[in-house]
Amino acid sequence: MRVKIFVSLKSGVLDPQGKAIERSLHTLGYGEVQDVRMGKYLELNVEASSYEAAESRIREMCEKLLANPVIEDYRFEIEG
Amino acid sequence: MRWGVIVFPGSCDDQDVFDALKRDMGQKVKFLWHKDDLVGHFDCLVLPGGFSYGDYLRCGAVARFSPIMRRVVEFARQGGLVLGICNGFQILCESGLLPGALVRNAGLQFVCQQVMLRVEETDTPFTCEAKKGQLLKIPVKHGEGCYYADPATLEQLRKNHQILLRYVDAKGRASPSANPNGSLDNIAGVCNETRNVFGLMPHPEDACNMRLGSEDGRKIFSSIAAACAQREHRRA
Repeated sequence: MRVKIFVSLKSGVLDPQGKAIERSLHTLGYGEVQDVRMGKYLELNVEASSYEAAESRIREMCEKLLANPVIEDYRFEIEG
Repeated sequence: MRWGVIVFPGSCDDQDVFDALKRDMGQKVKFLWHKDDLVGHFDCLVLPGGFSYGDYLRCGAVARFSPIMRRVVEFARQGGLVLGICNGFQILCESGLLPGALVRNAGLQFVCQQVMLRVEETDTPFTCEAKKGQLLKIPVKHGEGCYYADPATLEQLRKNHQILLRYVDAKGRASPSANPNGSLDNIAGVCNETRNVFGLMPHPEDACNMRLGSEDGRKIFSSIAAACAQREHRRA
């Protein structure tokens, strides 16, 4: 199964990169842009007997390594 | 006492710590490769600065699962002293030995400069030789040293007196302009609840010799040595 994982900074955590990108977009004339937050995107293949089995393994991977629960939230999509 | 300096792939301040301990402080120190087991007796383990595993994913996130880290956690649980400097601090936070996390500097730029630190607590093995409120001149060099903890954790840190060092100006005030990286509450170093694990972003090993502009970093290492001597005395 193909898995897409999205990791983002929690709302209370400063995101200076997001701020810099936002300023840059404003400079380019995209004044309508607000609240830019930068995150991480991962794709991976996983073998699992069922959707539920894959889901529980991926959640474990996110909690242990792929995201730091102190500063980050995550969500994922499983395809196929 | 015996010091162990852990070397991860990508560590780069391991030599500086070794040199400061051995040559400037006259201590017994040994390198420990991250794949080694913890053989023999150690009083203090140092996780040095650098870019373990190229800072991939998050700083310290991969080093946290190095084989030796399991032994570091056991060592800390048994009351052993663990000191994490810069990347070492990040690894200790990632491994859950210290609360909070270190994120990208608020100004986005890598900072490399001397900073002033104020010693906030002295009832720890890491600061016992300093005076409360004493100022230390020690350099920082990092891109991701902005300390973050959620409000509840921050409250706990304050209540338990776990904030050991704050960034301050020359007059000792924890002002926003004295904060090199946007750390919450000007936090430069914190310890765990049992006060035997300490992490800080500044590099005391680079301030142990006047040729480097300051000897104030010695206070951290001499505190640890004094605390260990006292422990040995109690055991005897």
